[in-house]
Amino acid sequence: MNAPTALIAEDEALLAAHLQAELARLWPDLRVVANVSHGAAAVEQSLALRPDIVFLDIRMPGMDGLEAAQAIGEDWPEGEAPPLLVFVTAYDQYALQAFEQAAVDYVLKPVQPERLAQTCARLRAALERRSEPQGGATVESALSQLRALLGAPGLVGAAASPAARLNVIQAGVGTAIHMVPVQEVLYFEAADKYVRVITAEREHLIRTSLRELLPQLDPDRFWQVHRGTVVRSDAIASALRDESGKLTLVLRGHGDKLAVSRLYAHRFKPM
Amino acid sequence: MLPMTPAADTLATSPWRSFAWRGLKVLAIGIGIALLFALAQPHKLGVSMAYAVPITFGCWFFIDAGRLLTARWLQRRGPMAHPQWPGWPWMAGVLLVGTVLGYQVGHTVGNLVTGHNAPGLLFEGPVRAVSLVAFSLVPGVLATYFFYTRSRLATIAAQAQEAQRHAAQAQLRLLESQLEPHMLFNTLANLRVLIALDPPRAQAMLDQLIAFLRATLNASRAGQHALSAEFSRIADYLALMNVRMGERLQTQLILPDELASLPVPPLLLQPLVENSIRHGLEPKVEGGRIELEASREGDVLVLRVRDTGSGLSEPSADGTHFGLQQVRERLATLYGERAGLQLEAADDGRGGTLATIRLPIAP
Repeated sequence: MNAPTALIAEDEALLAAHLQAELARLWPDLRVVANVSHGAAAVEQSLALRPDIVFLDIRMPGMDGLEAAQAIGEDWPEGEAPPLLVFVTAYDQYALQAFEQAAVDYVLKPVQPERLAQTCARLRAALERRSEPQGGATVESALSQLRALLGAPGLVGAAASPAARLNVIQAGVGTAIHMVPVQEVLYFEAADKYVRVITAEREHLIRTSLRELLPQLDPDRFWQVHRGTVVRSDAIASALRDESGKLTLVLRGHGDKLAVSRLYAHRFKPM
Repeated sequence: MLPMTPAADTLATSPWRSFAWRGLKVLAIGIGIALLFALAQPHKLGVSMAYAVPITFGCWFFIDAGRLLTARWLQRRGPMAHPQWPGWPWMAGVLLVGTVLGYQVGHTVGNLVTGHNAPGLLFEGPVRAVSLVAFSLVPGVLATYFFYTRSRLATIAAQAQEAQRHAAQAQLRLLESQLEPHMLFNTLANLRVLIALDPPRAQAMLDQLIAFLRATLNASRAGQHALSAEFSRIADYLALMNVRMGERLQTQLILPDELASLPVPPLLLQPLVENSIRHGLEPKVEGGRIELEASREGDVLVLRVRDTGSGLSEPSADGTHFGLQQVRERLATLYGERAGLQLEAADDGRGGTLATIRLPIAP
């Protein structure tokens, strides 16, 4: 086996340097291939360098650690096991619960050498298992881990308590407010700081993030199919799989086609 | 007793229980009154017992039950200040009717027990009837007044207790918001690294943390400190954040000398600076600037906290609101209408948010 590689995403330079120094001491073989200071760079560099392990700080500027984890999981090349994720946090009680549930490893700041040694041992064992000839299973288990993590209550979306359900989307158009009943919405799509609201007739922009919107939608009715897309389930006409295994959704009465990420592909199986 | 809905039943448990308890007490008073009469005419102890006890009990029963029922009936029609007190006008009617009824019923019971046939209220002459009722009203009115005052006092005491609890809670929340755990643990993590790497800098950082913690603990108590002290504590906080954020955080603090000694509530500006960092600069990959400036406009002290962060977003459910609300509450408590906090998008083309506090300068 080649020397294992790792990427560290941490916005505080001192803490990043310290984590790297501790890792060098505890696990001399581990090669840190990149040190990045924000979420978007973590995604970009992870996809480019394909490290075995990614240490992700939860609170980072721009895209946070969880969003970065989701993007890495979705965009990782098909058929290859995504990297092992270790979250690093100073204090995020909801996140810790989610990590416990999803059996993802995490490290608390300030980093304690004994605890970090434990993490290294676990990572070594996991890499060991990966090199055994049954790659497919590890891809699926990594994905289901990520799914469990992202589905944890209180973690995605700022509010820890279930938010009130939205019945009408209030979209500002010039000086007017358009009232769009949610049952008329075909799908929502994240667009920078906004969310596009697409109905059969037209589309609106609302100033919120998909993350904040999601807890206010009925999860049985509105399905997330990609980190940037939430679709009304009864607006889906069919799901098509192409040669490379990618899933695409065709909508009823609308020309748009929506890509389904591998994290959510399990929703589309024949009954 | 009365037909009651389950919900009303649970609500009424306590009034009816205390009703029964008062009944027992009145029974004892009735016996006391009978004994008092018997002091004048010892041989008539039995007779005075047979009349005084049921009349006392009867008057109390009709008045007290009348009060509870009237209050309940009124409450069903609309919200009331005191759930068991219908107010004096209604209570006057209850007292009159209750006394007449109570007297009449008690008298009848007395007749039954003794076998006498003393004429009831209705068969007395009008003058005697009125004076009898007036006489019987006195203890009822006194008891009602006693009850009213006592429950008033109890309500006031409960309100005071509630207010005290609120104040304690607000103080705790203030402390919690200022000792934000994420900030604290990240600072400690940096400190831990610096101890090995750069001991003098670690010491300086520790001193800043100590000064900041001390100020935070003092701020949750009442009091004021000089504006220069306020700026020093904010500078400590910013220095701590600077170790963490490095180049991403640039700061500028402007305090004219003539304003340095003006008194301000401790750490009033801290939530604003924290919001600027947390919601303005931290989410921005490239970071930005925070500028803190004190100035004077006539008799008004103006404090501005300005950042070049990601700007105001829609009000969200996290800490933003609480920090601002807490600053507003403190200002309102200390200065009433004369102080205020304004939050707006900065309009000088550099983006970000501007928070402005205005305080009266005491002469």
